[in-house]
Amino acid sequence: MAEAGGTLAAYRALLGAQARAQTAYRTSFVIDLLGNVGATVFDVVTVLVLYGVTRELGGFTLRETLVMVGLTAFAFAVADLLVGNIERLPRYVRTGLFDAVLLRPLGALPQLLLMDLPLRKVSRGLFGLAVWVTALAGAGIEWTPSRVALAVVAPLAAVVFFGSVFVATATVSFFWVESGELANSVTYGGRDFASYPVTVFAGWFRAAFAYGLGFAFVSYQPALALLGRADPLGLPAWAGWAAPGVALVALAGASLTWRVGVRHYRSTGS
Amino acid sequence: MAWLRMEGSEVGSVAATVASHTDSNVILWFRTFNAICRSGFRRHATYRQAALAGVVTNTVFGFLRCYVLLAVAGAAGTAGGYDRAQLVTFVWVGQGLLAVVLLWGWTDLADRIRTGDIAGDLLRPVHPVTSYLATDLGRAGYAVLARMLPPILVGPLFFDVHLPARWPTVPLFVGSVVLAVVLCFACRFLVNATAYWLQDVRGPMVLWTLGSGVLAGLYFPLRFLPEEIQRVLWFGTPFPSLLQTPLDVLVERDPPATQAGLVALQAGWVVLLLAGCRLVQRRAERRLVVQGG
Repeated sequence: MAEAGGTLAAYRALLGAQARAQTAYRTSFVIDLLGNVGATVFDVVTVLVLYGVTRELGGFTLRETLVMVGLTAFAFAVADLLVGNIERLPRYVRTGLFDAVLLRPLGALPQLLLMDLPLRKVSRGLFGLAVWVTALAGAGIEWTPSRVALAVVAPLAAVVFFGSVFVATATVSFFWVESGELANSVTYGGRDFASYPVTVFAGWFRAAFAYGLGFAFVSYQPALALLGRADPLGLPAWAGWAAPGVALVALAGASLTWRVGVRHYRSTGS
Repeated sequence: MAWLRMEGSEVGSVAATVASHTDSNVILWFRTFNAICRSGFRRHATYRQAALAGVVTNTVFGFLRCYVLLAVAGAAGTAGGYDRAQLVTFVWVGQGLLAVVLLWGWTDLADRIRTGDIAGDLLRPVHPVTSYLATDLGRAGYAVLARMLPPILVGPLFFDVHLPARWPTVPLFVGSVVLAVVLCFACRFLVNATAYWLQDVRGPMVLWTLGSGVLAGLYFPLRFLPEEIQRVLWFGTPFPSLLQTPLDVLVERDPPATQAGLVALQAGWVVLLLAGCRLVQRRAERRLVVQGG
């Protein structure tokens, strides 16, 4: 019990040190806050511009698509805030910093996440939440208790899903140190994929991202369930509720790959 | 580290003979420029695995953006004045061009200013803007082979692409790409050079990253915007000249005269911003204090 308390205190100390360090230069911190929200703003603006040229995208109107955009933007921002920094793992592996992490009597993953928790990304999460709420309000949803529940559960499941994707893709660097931006293709690529109706895509690319990697269940299927629309691609209505299950599978997969990755890790010897 | 030694030996040998009068001897100037260029090429050619990872990522985003823009074109088959094949070419060549002009991730100059290594650059008998530009052109040359060709080859395997119908389009596109590379370098140099005054370049870098992606036409073709906004962007900012212009030239979005006009506008921005780089560098050198030099 005392040991668990000590561990918690250590994590809290790490987090506190981060918070103080990042807010020490206030102007830089404010610019970072603004810059981070800007990226998500432009993602939404892009969708608006596209709908300025067309009325429908893959058979979906702007109001319907915005539900997917909002859900994805919010969940991705929160996941990015909590575990997105794992992207830096390749650098930690290359420089040998990961050795130090493994030597300390704390979990490797929580340490990595808390060592550099990007508080500046809070602004992005708040903006994502605003888009999500606005999209829900504007989509003309007939609210039932189960849809209200889904509107709360779906983003949480999506956060778990995106977080798992971040961790799983980062472990690639244990095996391939120079993998560079490869992880981006699934993390940021997955975010972009989940921001549009799955019907926009086609062929094996759709099959791989939507059902192989499971991104269809992050926002598209829950959005269909909320909007009360049948899936043009033929999945049954309950697929909208598959999000938590898919998220748990992703979580299990991510923790497995992480464990395999850490075991595979060989120090740079520096 | 190998490239450093190579650069040192080649450039050093040329530079040593010309001392500080580089400008007076055009042939030697070109040889120096060439040598730095080639070392830039070789430096980046050593990162083959990173290039492969980058190509895979660009390709995935190529599929994503291509499907989205094709959905925008929808049943009508056109959007913003592009037909489907033109949109496909726009996306796939754009994914390759992104790595050639290198919109993001260049902090070499800012890092050297912050650490004081910039002192070494100032001691060389080559103007810093010139030597950094030469390195960047070498880098871009390698990127054309390693980063631009793969997506250009992958795109047509899965989609119908637009091929230039008029022969002057091809040389105009090549020229436009070269201008875009130089222009993007100048922009990055200016953003990095804020480190002379600010030390911490995070702010300018964040603004640049944000603005350049969306205003250069990477997220969506700028022709999707209202006409007035387009005009403001093209004449008021260098951003469309970084990606949108070379791509519009290649897919023949406009008649030949407009194509040539857009490239001329690009050239205007290049002259303006390179002059800006030299001016900023001169002002910075006057106030620079290298710590612990």
